[in-house]
Amino acid sequence: MTAVKRVPKDQITIEGLTGDAAIAHALKQCDLDVLAAYPITPQTIIVEDYQKFAADGEVHCRVIPVESEHSAMSACVGASAVGARVATASASAGLALMWEILYCASSMRMPIIFTVANRALSGPINIHNDWSDTYGARDSGFIQIYTQSCQEAYDTTIMAFKIAEDHKVLLPIMVCIDGFILSHNVERVEMLPTEAVENFLGVRDPFIKLDPDNPITMGPLALTDYYFEFKEQQDEAMYAVPEVFAKVEADFEKMTGRKYGMFEEYKIDDAEIIIFTHSTPGGTAKAAVDVLREKGEKVGVLRLRMFRPFPTKEIVEAVKHAKAVVVFEKCRSFGAPSNPLALELRTALYDLEKRPMVVDFVIGLGGRDCPPTTIVEGYEKTKEYLKKGKAPLFETLGVRK
Amino acid sequence: MTEPAALKLKDMLKKPEILTSGHRMCAGCAAPTIVKLMGMALRGPTIVCEVTGCLEVATTIYPYTAWKLPWIHVAFENAAAVASGVIEAVDVMREKGRWSKEHVDVIAIGGDGGTFDIGFGAISGMLERGHDIVYMCYDNGAYQNTGIQRSGGTFPGQETTTSWAGKVSPGKEQRKKPLAEIVAAHRTPYVATVNPYHHRDFITKFRNALEVEGPAFIHAFSPCPRGWRSQTGKSMELAKLAMEVGLHPLYEIFNGIEYKMSGPSRRLKELRPLDDYWKTQGQFKHLFKPEWADFKKGLQEQVNADWEILKKKCGIE
Ligand SMILES: Cc1ncc(C[n+]2csc(CCOP(=O)(O)OP(=O)(O)O)c2C)c(N)n1
Ligand code: SF4
Ligand SMILES: [Mg+2]
Repeated sequence: MTAVKRVPKDQITIEGLTGDAAIAHALKQCDLDVLAAYPITPQTIIVEDYQKFAADGEVHCRVIPVESEHSAMSACVGASAVGARVATASASAGLALMWEILYCASSMRMPIIFTVANRALSGPINIHNDWSDTYGARDSGFIQIYTQSCQEAYDTTIMAFKIAEDHKVLLPIMVCIDGFILSHNVERVEMLPTEAVENFLGVRDPFIKLDPDNPITMGPLALTDYYFEFKEQQDEAMYAVPEVFAKVEADFEKMTGRKYGMFEEYKIDDAEIIIFTHSTPGGTAKAAVDVLREKGEKVGVLRLRMFRPFPTKEIVEAVKHAKAVVVFEKCRSFGAPSNPLALELRTALYDLEKRPMVVDFVIGLGGRDCPPTTIVEGYEKTKEYLKKGKAPLFETLGVRK
Repeated sequence: MTEPAALKLKDMLKKPEILTSGHRMCAGCAAPTIVKLMGMALRGPTIVCEVTGCLEVATTIYPYTAWKLPWIHVAFENAAAVASGVIEAVDVMREKGRWSKEHVDVIAIGGDGGTFDIGFGAISGMLERGHDIVYMCYDNGAYQNTGIQRSGGTFPGQETTTSWAGKVSPGKEQRKKPLAEIVAAHRTPYVATVNPYHHRDFITKFRNALEVEGPAFIHAFSPCPRGWRSQTGKSMELAKLAMEVGLHPLYEIFNGIEYKMSGPSRRLKELRPLDDYWKTQGQFKHLFKPEWADFKKGLQEQVNADWEILKKKCGIE
């Protein structure tokens, strides 16, 4: 690997790509050794496109057309254990079927890249977007990064390998795009030349591996005397992520001029109310903020990218000056006093002496459209709650009651 | 470097053991013996992928391990999928110059629960995709690790903690899945049944399984004194007896169609009565109550009929 240099403009390929296709192209350039493929809408195009590359001899990779997602993640663990660079893709029910192995993958410290087109969980069965699938896996030990555009999905997929494979981290990563809204939406994507990506990533250098010359036992039984220490180490690895992430992004920026951070701040410096969300609602919120700003409203957006590890300190710093933070999230935690995203934020802010009011809106379940008016409605309600000095723990927006 | 299989006692003793002593399986358990026999058949660098179960749990209690081979366990139902990942990764990394060994054998191991039942989908997928993997099921007739529950590999008449023998129940009432034949029906290049008593037959077959291109399946009969309530010193005898009564006949299936009865089974003049087998184990003792005489008779007829069908498939009249 040579030093990373800015890629000249004439070497960049520009294409209109869906989110799925952008990820497939990124995977194509990351010199994978093994990809486990199983179809599920709205992710399927990722594995379809990749298998087309394989069929045309454009990648030197073994695609394993597994018989289930449970086996997809299992095959990834096996391949990763011998030192291979591996990836898979899924959503919703497929992710749910992998559940057991998600925890094994992270605990066994396998740097697997798992691209997810977020989709609602059954039932009723539904193919459209919400975040219940990956939010449910928030404690699985995967790093989770949520992206807003096809370009960001492409870039993040490439960077993910370098973050995951870093010896300070060695954790699997979910790179998430909103099902259909991004997975099937065509946007302009700038693609790097493959040599630049390969140079940026280098070849995976496994920390340990299954090796006949140096036999080790992976995945043993650990009981009351050691299990806890395994978990402690896993958590430590999570805390190492921000530093490695920043380094990788800095290198990526040198190569492309693009950089995203653990979250994006949009007009929040003087904002009295900050909208807190991620993925495609982040884009919608920014558009809504532009209009509200024209009307003189002091409002901004904090678009989260990294949900795990949650950038607690940095987020507190970024929002603590606001009067209120209004959360828009596509998941309901049934029977709970809060929902996953607001829960993180509330916990992060709890120790502040003077905390912003946190208002939580559950939106868009099962792909229910979330136009800018939904954001504005939540914003107006927040202003009222501020006036009253009191807000409900959460509300659903955009649903027949 | 392909090493010879150890078929003579003298060579067997020279082979480095792949499982150390102190592995914490129960006294008299046949599974460690099965693993050791497997070790005698190996031909070079090998990676083992195992499912959850007695063998996995007892041999790798952190920070110890009894395994001298590179070994991985991920979960209960996925050794076939893990092994698929291992073999494909090793092959492609070799092509890319990132794997130094010329050849590595990949073996997946599962118990009867992990193979007949919960892991069956993954195994069927592995077979259909045709990876060059040897899958061995060590079959002790129940989910022993969780305390003797029935599986698709449990014999009819067998008492387990989920197929109790009671006033109105003779233990498990259903047939055992014909797993070797189901695997063979995938047109699997090589399938063989083995037991640890007939160790030469075992080692020869395991070596065949390694040498064949594509997937191979070994169905090993594995007496479990704890679950079967049999004497700890009798496990090898019970393995032989199961062959003699026709509950675990020894045979091979090539490419899913060609059957071959193996020596020990072929040499049987006739099957010994099932009673001889049942009386050796606490898990069958209820069958000797008068109320189950008819049930027992039915089982004996079933085994006799199965034996005739198998002989026919093997071209023996
Ligand atoms: C998904 C899942 N379900 C259930 C279990 C509990 N479990 C662990 S080992 C085992 C029984 C294993 O039985 P078998 O495969 O026959 O192997 P044995 O222990 O008999 O050698 C069970 C049910 C598990 N670990 N994972
Ligand atoms: S319970 Fe049975 S299979 Fe398990 S270790 Fe003991 S004897 Fe072996
Ligand atoms: Mg068993």
